[in-house]
Amino acid sequence: MPGSLEQIAQLAVNGLVAGTVLAVPAIGFTAIYAVLRFPNFSVASHATIGAFAGYVVNTAWHWPAWAAVAAAFVVAGAAGVVNDRLVLRPLRPAGALTTAIGAVALTIVLENVVRFVFGNDLRGYDLPIRRDWQWGPLRIGPQQVENLVIAVVAMLAVFVFLAFTRTGKAMRAVADDTTLASLKGIDAERVARLTNFGGMGLAGVGGMLLGLDTSIDPLTGFRVILSVFAAAVVGGLGSIPGAVVGALTIGMAEELSLVSLAPAYRTAVGFVAILLVLTLRPRGLLGERAY
Amino acid sequence: MENYLVAMATFACLYALLALGLNLVWGLAGMINLGLVGFFAVGAYVSALATKRGGVPIALGIVAALAVAAVAGAVMALITARLRGDYLAIITLGFSEVVRLVASNEIWLTNGTDGISGIPGPWRGRVSPVAFNVIFLVLAALLVTVVLGVLERVRHSPYGRVLRAIRDDDQVAGVAGKHVLRFKVEAFALSAGVLGVAGALWGHYTSFIAPEVFVPLITIYVVLALTAGGTGNNWGAVLGAFLVVFFMEATRFATGWLPGLGPVQIAALRESLIGLSLLVILRVRPAGLLPERLPRVEPPPAGEAAR
Repeated sequence: MPGSLEQIAQLAVNGLVAGTVLAVPAIGFTAIYAVLRFPNFSVASHATIGAFAGYVVNTAWHWPAWAAVAAAFVVAGAAGVVNDRLVLRPLRPAGALTTAIGAVALTIVLENVVRFVFGNDLRGYDLPIRRDWQWGPLRIGPQQVENLVIAVVAMLAVFVFLAFTRTGKAMRAVADDTTLASLKGIDAERVARLTNFGGMGLAGVGGMLLGLDTSIDPLTGFRVILSVFAAAVVGGLGSIPGAVVGALTIGMAEELSLVSLAPAYRTAVGFVAILLVLTLRPRGLLGERAY
Repeated sequence: MENYLVAMATFACLYALLALGLNLVWGLAGMINLGLVGFFAVGAYVSALATKRGGVPIALGIVAALAVAAVAGAVMALITARLRGDYLAIITLGFSEVVRLVASNEIWLTNGTDGISGIPGPWRGRVSPVAFNVIFLVLAALLVTVVLGVLERVRHSPYGRVLRAIRDDDQVAGVAGKHVLRFKVEAFALSAGVLGVAGALWGHYTSFIAPEVFVPLITIYVVLALTAGGTGNNWGAVLGAFLVVFFMEATRFATGWLPGLGPVQIAALRESLIGLSLLVILRVRPAGLLPERLPRVEPPPAGEAAR
């Protein structure tokens, strides 16, 4: 029943779930961009690190998925802070593009560290087998629902943090105007550290959530990176609500493209979306404001 | 052993072409291209398909590769011209992934992940394999010389000066009456054309191309080559390419001696060494071994300046 109403409804449900999950790493990428002003391509490898950290505690210590996600956040976030301090921060004075090149090199290194330890094999999480829920013609997996809930909780935490805590406000101030923020006595380096921790942590959660549905390998993060960029750029690079809107748009578009496109081209949808938005509305759907 | 050295020298020449192409757009005009492997792939596929399926001569296939890659580069530059450089970084990286996706999935055209084999090479089959290797090395070295000569001319010309002005501050260049968009598009197209030629040669040399050849790691090799040699310096680009190939081969022998490692681990170790060395160079010697030297501009005679 290609193109039938039921199929489109099913794809829309899948798109909603995929978009919500995609929003998590997209927020991470865009938040780091907002504060540090360079596209940190190493979200790809930090997503992979998170996915593998979650995998280890899930399969070796039998943590359930939701708890393993917390491990993914902490490990990827800590890796993000360390890598930024050792590798990327020293490059920042040389300019955003040099730092971006450094981030690509960092991605290659980290990806291969994971490959060195775990090999190239596909690995699956240890999850209880559950039956899909059927809702009329619609079908949704309990794991999809769990991923959706985890992603929404993570996003809510980000918004509460940015809106109500002192540190969150400091972060927004730095994103808005670094000089002005430092005049107000905000320690920009501390904010940068926190942003790296939170941003890369979210990338790690994203990597794990994407892996829960299928399987993981050292390229897990790199495979979704195009969709993550697309979500951030479509919503407006550096805007966190924009990343959410962008991710939902990209998630929906990728799934609905299945009506007329081969599944292999799902990720190309993101690229086309980037080109369209940059041509028609260069600042993204919501503009480039941090919050 | 001689055969091995000839093959490595040929690959070094191909990397030199890639590094020269990148130097034009990044070193001279200041536009980043993190998806240069995409243009490399486009060139390789165009020439391979034109010569193998279309039956055109190899020289014509290379010209076609140049043209198609240049058009792709021009389109990319047009779309991103008004945006900041970080968008160009994202888009070029995305472009190379989409190229790989198309190459993997349009099986009717590209034969998918199985790749295209039996790509013709100049005089392949009519001379001994050893002679073929030597002939190809001479051709590749000639091409490097030509491209190096042309790009050195560009660098010293008023045209190259405008590109450097755009790199340093495109608003100032615009205020000085330069058509910034035109220069950006032309530089990107020319650079992409050189990358495409390198891809075409790659296919004709190895006789086999597949999507798995065109991974982002190639982009890192080339960025490493240019950064190590000296961004903005064409001679540095060539030197860097030879050093990178030497370095990659050296790690092959060095990691071979490590006991107790599987092939996957050795491959991972070598790839991370490449990334690591780029990071070290960016940190320790960002200007490279042969830093850019700006061509000296003779000041106009005093009388002329007064007028």
